[in-house]
Amino acid sequence: MNEFLLIFRRDFTNKEAQPSPEELQHSIKAWQNWFGGIAAQNKLARPLQRWDIAGQVVKSDKQVINGPFVEIKESIGGLIIVRAENYEEAVEIAQNCPILELGGNVEVRMATEPEG
Amino acid sequence: MEQHELIPNLFRNEYRKIVCVLCRLFGIAHVETAEDIVSDTFLAATEIWSARGVPENPTAWLYTVAKNKTKNYLKRDSLFQQKLSPELQYQAEKMEEFELDLSIKNIGDSQLAMIFTICNPQISTESQVALALNLLCGFGIQEIADAYLTNKEVIYKRLKRAKDRLKAVNMKIEQPGLTEISLRMDTVLTTLYLLFSEGYYSTAQNTTLRKDFCAEAMRLVYLLADQETTNLPEVNALLSLMCFHVSRFDTRATPEGEAILYGDQDESLWNQELIAQGKYYLGLSASGSRLTKYHLEAGIAYWHTHKADTTEKWQQILQLYNNLLVLEYSPIVALNRMFALAKVEGKVTAIAEAEKLKLTGNHFYYSLLGNLYTDVDDALALQHYKQALLLASSDADQLIISRHIRHLNG
Repeated sequence: MNEFLLIFRRDFTNKEAQPSPEELQHSIKAWQNWFGGIAAQNKLARPLQRWDIAGQVVKSDKQVINGPFVEIKESIGGLIIVRAENYEEAVEIAQNCPILELGGNVEVRMATEPEG
Repeated sequence: MEQHELIPNLFRNEYRKIVCVLCRLFGIAHVETAEDIVSDTFLAATEIWSARGVPENPTAWLYTVAKNKTKNYLKRDSLFQQKLSPELQYQAEKMEEFELDLSIKNIGDSQLAMIFTICNPQISTESQVALALNLLCGFGIQEIADAYLTNKEVIYKRLKRAKDRLKAVNMKIEQPGLTEISLRMDTVLTTLYLLFSEGYYSTAQNTTLRKDFCAEAMRLVYLLADQETTNLPEVNALLSLMCFHVSRFDTRATPEGEAILYGDQDESLWNQELIAQGKYYLGLSASGSRLTKYHLEAGIAYWHTHKADTTEKWQQILQLYNNLLVLEYSPIVALNRMFALAKVEGKVTAIAEAEKLKLTGNHFYYSLLGNLYTDVDDALALQHYKQALLLASSDADQLIISRHIRHLNG
């Protein structure tokens, strides 16, 4: 078994892209069912952690900007670490992530050991 | 109550009280001495009562005899005396004034101290449960063996090992301070929860005994809820969970011992008083910031006391199962979640999710698939139930599965 990082991103700044209150309500259940489904397969590798929406970004000139980030466009909505055999299995989990229905995306990364 | 019922109940009740007081007095190293003194007391009671009849106040009679036997033991056995604490030795020297304190307060304090002594991560969970049944609840070795569907020898050895281990780590029997409580409460609750489950889910036929296990587990949790220092939200949550479960105890099986599935239970027989108590403790559990599995399980049990199949009910149960699994994975919870998912999202969605579980060594997994495929694809349902039957080992489980197979074939 390997561990995979799943990062969900979506645009929090574009007013047109924001879900309606009904969509959000529906989305909460979808998220809980998605988490429950991963946990039911014993594939949740770490406890869940919530993250705030605002956040801050340090740019290359060390300047700090407050979120949501117009310049970055897509902010991190959250992340989880799951257990999966391979990318295929990890991606299958990601394909059911509710962020996709809100126009977002999921980045999948496999945990690796330092070489040598 | 008939006399033949009175005596075992009285003995069990008083056994655990006197043993705890004596253990706390002597220290865990002398647990067998404590047990011997109580057994001697009961032996004397059985002999004298059968000749002269049961005294008017049997408890007081037992306490007087236990006090005398303790005093005699301390007086007679100087070797034993030397092993005791200096404080107790000093008391024992002034023997005429020494009296075993069997007041309600000291009994309560001693039992609480013993709960924290026995529910000790340094001994195996299995041993903790056996010791709790024996010393905290007063069940005899035969009764414990009956519940575990095993023989006396196995239980005797398990208890002996557990006691030796407690002696080896020289566990002190004392009132737990706030630090011990915060460090050890999880272990205590796990053991009491298992003790309760032993009664609630055991496949043993002896219903009276199983109910007694549940009642004893609840009594110990009440004891925790009754003390200010141990009256924590998770204690109330566990108590609430137990109340909700026990409210349906009698409706889960026919008088012949055949299981009745939830959907077929007669809700008019559910104990409303216990349901009300469960709600009361659930309310008390809703404080602090820690959400434990007992909170979530109490919530699930609460919704199960609503018989009507509403959308809200199954939505709530599904969310509670989701949270429970995120908190702590368990195959049985994963399987139970699928029943709720089927109610909310329909059987086809649930089948797709259930097949991802791949719990292929578990007969409940195949029973779940059998249930979900029924009316969707009966041939597949039958195939899954047959696989479940191959894997199930207990008579009760095989009976339920066979019933489903008959139903599908009929």
